[in-house]
Amino acid sequence: MIYLDHNATTPVSNEVLQAMMPFFQESFGNASSFYKPARSARAAIADARNTVAECIHASPGEIIFTGSGTEADNLCLRGVARAFYGREIHIITSSIEHHAILNTCRDLEEQGVRITRLPADACGRVDPDTVLKNITDNTVLISIMYANNETGVIQPIEAVSEIARKKGILFHTDAVQAFGKIPVSVEDLGVDLMTICAHKIYGPKGAGALYVRKGTAIAPVITGGMHEMGMRAGTENVPAVIGFAKAAETAVASLDETSVKVGLLRDSLENRIKETIDRVIIHGSEARRIPNTASISFAAIDGESILLHLDLREICASTGSACATGSSEPSHVLRAMGVSPIDAASTIRFSLGRSNTSEEIDVTVKALQEIAGRLRSISSIHNH
Amino acid sequence: MSKQKDNTLNSQADDSDNEQHDTVDAPVLFYNDIVIEHFTNPHNVGELLPDETDGFALVGDPTCGDQMKLWIKVEDNTITDIRFKSFGCPGAIATSSMATDLAIGRTLEDAASLTDDDVIKALGGIPENKRHCSLLGITALQQAINDCLLKRMIEPE
Repeated sequence: MIYLDHNATTPVSNEVLQAMMPFFQESFGNASSFYKPARSARAAIADARNTVAECIHASPGEIIFTGSGTEADNLCLRGVARAFYGREIHIITSSIEHHAILNTCRDLEEQGVRITRLPADACGRVDPDTVLKNITDNTVLISIMYANNETGVIQPIEAVSEIARKKGILFHTDAVQAFGKIPVSVEDLGVDLMTICAHKIYGPKGAGALYVRKGTAIAPVITGGMHEMGMRAGTENVPAVIGFAKAAETAVASLDETSVKVGLLRDSLENRIKETIDRVIIHGSEARRIPNTASISFAAIDGESILLHLDLREICASTGSACATGSSEPSHVLRAMGVSPIDAASTIRFSLGRSNTSEEIDVTVKALQEIAGRLRSISSIHNH
Repeated sequence: MSKQKDNTLNSQADDSDNEQHDTVDAPVLFYNDIVIEHFTNPHNVGELLPDETDGFALVGDPTCGDQMKLWIKVEDNTITDIRFKSFGCPGAIATSSMATDLAIGRTLEDAASLTDDDVIKALGGIPENKRHCSLLGITALQQAINDCLLKRMIEPE
């Protein structure tokens, strides 16, 4: 199997699995309890919090562990909205965000929060000037992702955070796809809130975190016990938290080496596809991108048909995230960039990881040449 | 019932599909082997030359999903040759392939009575969210038959 879908998820690495194992049966205690197996779980969570904080240059008290990146996004948007309850609230976000942000914003909109969704340019970037232009007296939060999950395009976070700071508005970034692939420092970025998660960096599924800068106005969404400093009730998923910390530590420690290796493979994949298959478009290639992601459209062929042919050859990739739901809606990210519906429907996302090899890239390029030829020969919109 | 937003669990599933689907018993989650075989080696792919074509149809809109072109040749009121080309998902390609298989050798009247359920049954089921793709082949077939009948109507005896 050739796995080229690391932006969807990654396998749990051996070292992460080993770090997690003691917390299923030995140190299984409820971290809130009194006795020894509980105290060791409690101490391990504290260590994990330190580790994750260090990875993003934050303080341990600023890390709230959640059950996923999606939950962290929800906590941020709903939690900030709740903290400003009773006021007229305006939130600025972008049209290329993950559904965790977009659908939560839509829900808040139905509850009376005003939402502005900024467009992206043809390269897949949000223009910081549009952020400035859309700020009103009621704007309490700006949420712009760090790196886009479909195109890999890196957003101008520093520029937006400068605007937010000057205007005294909270700024959140969803850094789920950036974390572990490029340096992510809350100090350098100047963000007030930031989402990260474990399963994109060889950690377990079911573990995410929201960084909340000390003093930020936010209220809990899940209430109950005083877990996570009262910001996220529920008995801690101790093994997942420990696995998250191990994965984060490893990803950050080997970031330069891994990203260069993966980036060379990604560039080789893109270049060889461009050289050997006609009528391809590489989305976002003019912009700064995380080094593992390639979003490529193959003219006149439906993306899902390419995916199934790849799948039959045991090569795993994906189309735009919207297709996961089974809807035939072309990717909202590509549409927001002005990509035509046909080119959006013809797009495949390849997202590489540290275990990929140049041999795998060879096999994939050869497969794509054959698949493109085959599907174009039966395509009703392909001109020979 | 009012069109007010239903916030109950599963409301989305109820909204999206109220039809009874009795062609398959259990929900189909992925393409089965028959569908995959028709997708990888579709039957009757290609085009007919203008002088071999008695009916033609162009259906679907590539800007919102799938598109298909279909040609039929008719002798003695029977479809003797049929070809298609498709820009579409695996479901669209496989159902078009099967629709052309079912149509060839049938009289125009017989072929016109084929439904998307006949195609889905012949394929042994397709994933629920792909049912709309199965309409494409049948719609194209019916339009090509109509095209043929209209031409006959216009031509002198």
